[in-house]
Amino acid sequence: MYAVRLWSVRHARGLNAFYRGFEKVLTALHPLWKLIGYRRLERPVAAVESSVKGFLFDCQMCGQCILSSTGMSCPMNCPKNLRNGPCGGVRDNGNCEVRPEMKCVWVLAAAGSARIPGGTEALSKVQPAVDRRLQGKSSWLRVARERAGEPE
Amino acid sequence: MNFEDEPVPGYPLPILPGHTSPGRFERVLRAGQFSVTSELAPPDSADPEDVYRRARVFHGYVDAINATDGSGANCHMSSVAVCALLTRVGYAPIMQISCRDKNRIAIQGDILGGAAMGVCNILCLTGDGVGAGDHPQARAVFDLDSMSLLETARTLRDEHRFLSGRKLTHAPRVFLGAAENPFAPPIPWRAERLAKKVAAGAQFIQTQYCYDVPMLKAFMRQVEDLGLLERVFILVGVGPLRSAKVAEWMRTHVPGLHIPDAIIKRLAGASDGAREGRNLCIELIQELREVRGVRGIHLMAYRQEESVAEIVDRSGVLGGRIPWYPGRDPEANSNRKVS
Repeated sequence: MYAVRLWSVRHARGLNAFYRGFEKVLTALHPLWKLIGYRRLERPVAAVESSVKGFLFDCQMCGQCILSSTGMSCPMNCPKNLRNGPCGGVRDNGNCEVRPEMKCVWVLAAAGSARIPGGTEALSKVQPAVDRRLQGKSSWLRVARERAGEPE
Repeated sequence: MNFEDEPVPGYPLPILPGHTSPGRFERVLRAGQFSVTSELAPPDSADPEDVYRRARVFHGYVDAINATDGSGANCHMSSVAVCALLTRVGYAPIMQISCRDKNRIAIQGDILGGAAMGVCNILCLTGDGVGAGDHPQARAVFDLDSMSLLETARTLRDEHRFLSGRKLTHAPRVFLGAAENPFAPPIPWRAERLAKKVAAGAQFIQTQYCYDVPMLKAFMRQVEDLGLLERVFILVGVGPLRSAKVAEWMRTHVPGLHIPDAIIKRLAGASDGAREGRNLCIELIQELREVRGVRGIHLMAYRQEESVAEIVDRSGVLGGRIPWYPGRDPEANSNRKVS
């Protein structure tokens, strides 16, 4: 929801802190995930992730979440799917070129990042091209598996 | 300027030490010359002569010609094809690639193909949304963004491989560019975004139209503070406005275009709006030339391309230098050193 998305960016600091803790818990639970089987968990976890992040960020389930590098403003809501900053078409009022009723996700990202410690540096990192195969997959499980050093 | 190793038109110049391309455009910039580029509106036609006619109006006034890639999301002859025609006779085009219409497979193929045809300069763009153009029903691709496109082109050139890792037998020798709009929000972040583009591989920048010099100066100071002036050549976008009415229309309809009220007032007060627009453009160019870090201008004169010659001439920015064009040096080929 758009209003909640705006709220999330305003509360980027708290949400980011929560997210970091949550990632640690997910990673700590790696043995459990492994026991149940990552493949078996994929669908139910992706469904939960989609509804939670869908509600908070209008998450599009790209499967390679970079919210903490974008001030908790999901870049996949950009009609051009830009993951590295705004295009040149941002309107004078800070709204989107393609969807004039919507705030540019990168104007929001700049504001959100300023609220997160180290957020501005994270914003400067060049993000690689999206891996479209991960669309719809759980980013949480991927992070847990990668942090635990588990090969796919 | 004349290069002593001037080749037969259509054949590349040798790559000088420290250069990444065999192109004239990179040579002129690295030689410290104030450079002028312009853009060719691609025809809605399959006649090559339509391209050559449009290129001829720039003879002797521009260092490189941008071949736009469906600009404004409107359908025209492709930038790859325009470049193919231009390089055949020796022009130095800047091939624009937009992420809107092609995925990474098509784009990497175009970079190789372009370089094979003699394209030495590539401008990496995100592109306007499809809704802005004449085919709003079309599917927007945006598989890459301008930043990952730059990285892709650099990977092909410097690492001699595709994004997939598969090796190239011959890498494209190209000079890479990107766009920046210092006049669109989030303004405080625009210089840092430029730094990001430089980190991703941008060697030259062509900006959006500048009608607000103080704003550009503020941006350039930030760019200087970030230590970017030695790492990237910045060409500022300029263009003549035809009348107050056109300016007003452009500022409401062209995404990311910033025109201060004072400019519109000045045009409205003039008896000949078009002439005043050209005068204004010339004054802007002369002012911009003095701004630290501005290494050239990108003169976009959409639908009034014939005014480019007059504007460049009267502004005096070339300082008597005559950029190469086919037939400029009738003696060049016979004087060419044979090694």
